[in-house]
Amino acid sequence: MSKEWPLWEVFIRSQHGLAHKHVGSLHAPDAEMAVNNARDVYTRRNEGVSIWVVRAADIVASSPGDKGALFEPSNSKVYRHPTFFPMPEEVKNL
Amino acid sequence: MQTKVNYLLRLGDNALILSQQLCQLCGKGPALEEDMALTNVALDLLGQTRLWYEYAGELEGAGRDEDKLAYHRDAHDFKNCLLLEQPNGNYADTMVRQFFFDAWHYFLIVGLTRSSDARIAAIAEKSLKEVTYHLRRSGDLIVRLGDGTEVSYAKTQAAVNDLWMYSGEVFAYDAVDEAMVAEGVAPAAADLRAQWLAHVAEIFAEATLTMPPADAWMQSGGKQGRHSEHLGYILAEMQFLQRAYPGATW
Repeated sequence: MSKEWPLWEVFIRSQHGLAHKHVGSLHAPDAEMAVNNARDVYTRRNEGVSIWVVRAADIVASSPGDKGALFEPSNSKVYRHPTFFPMPEEVKNL
Repeated sequence: MQTKVNYLLRLGDNALILSQQLCQLCGKGPALEEDMALTNVALDLLGQTRLWYEYAGELEGAGRDEDKLAYHRDAHDFKNCLLLEQPNGNYADTMVRQFFFDAWHYFLIVGLTRSSDARIAAIAEKSLKEVTYHLRRSGDLIVRLGDGTEVSYAKTQAAVNDLWMYSGEVFAYDAVDEAMVAEGVAPAAADLRAQWLAHVAEIFAEATLTMPPADAWMQSGGKQGRHSEHLGYILAEMQFLQRAYPGATW
């Protein structure tokens, strides 16, 4: 077993933020301490924040080699993009 | 009025001396994250020191601001409890000292939020979030250290045994404290002590640590300005620049 504490990725939703954003990573022996440490390292204990921590080992990332297949947005095929519908004023944050 | 000034100085001195001690560990924590956490606690305490000193200086009306109070008083004028000037030692020593202090500080601050002095109640209200977090953190670490490896258990139990005799001074009320209790400014010692003992017993049980007897003999004197040999060194380092260049602004 490695003597190093496992790596955790930290996601924080700020006071007025709508979604959790990845803010960085840290080492901690378990989830509870990872949350405590994230508070000290990344938030300075601001009210109203929500913190997610997840073991880095549990994250599956897409491979850069798959870039074309996964992310090519078919820009030449305009009919694939829902850009012809005007959005009503009332719909926020879309 | 002088009684309340003295009471406020005790609150400020406790926070300042512990903050100064924790600052010495900056960059020396057992892990980067611990290092930051300890420094955060030190900064919280320093902020609280400033609020207590500011109010004490105003009440005293002798023109002593927070800097004068921090940098131009000698050891016998400092009123911090002896627990807080004990050396950092190893990490178990540091955390046991912190835990004993935090457990008292938390219940004290909760009591002070109901103080008859509105300014004190407001400062307590402001500090409550911080001290709640401090207590949660140090209690958590005591459990981890006590219920950790054989070595961490032995070190933590040794720290508990060494520091226990300094843990009771905060409950040894003298004329200053009693006057504050009578005015409804400060919470009574008996209530605080019962809450403190119950919380420490709970955490120690979880940490598999043996709690020394509650009625053990307790060292005291700090509140009256009679300190251990450690405080002089802490102040010499902390006050050097202001002693060398008194009144310099920065």
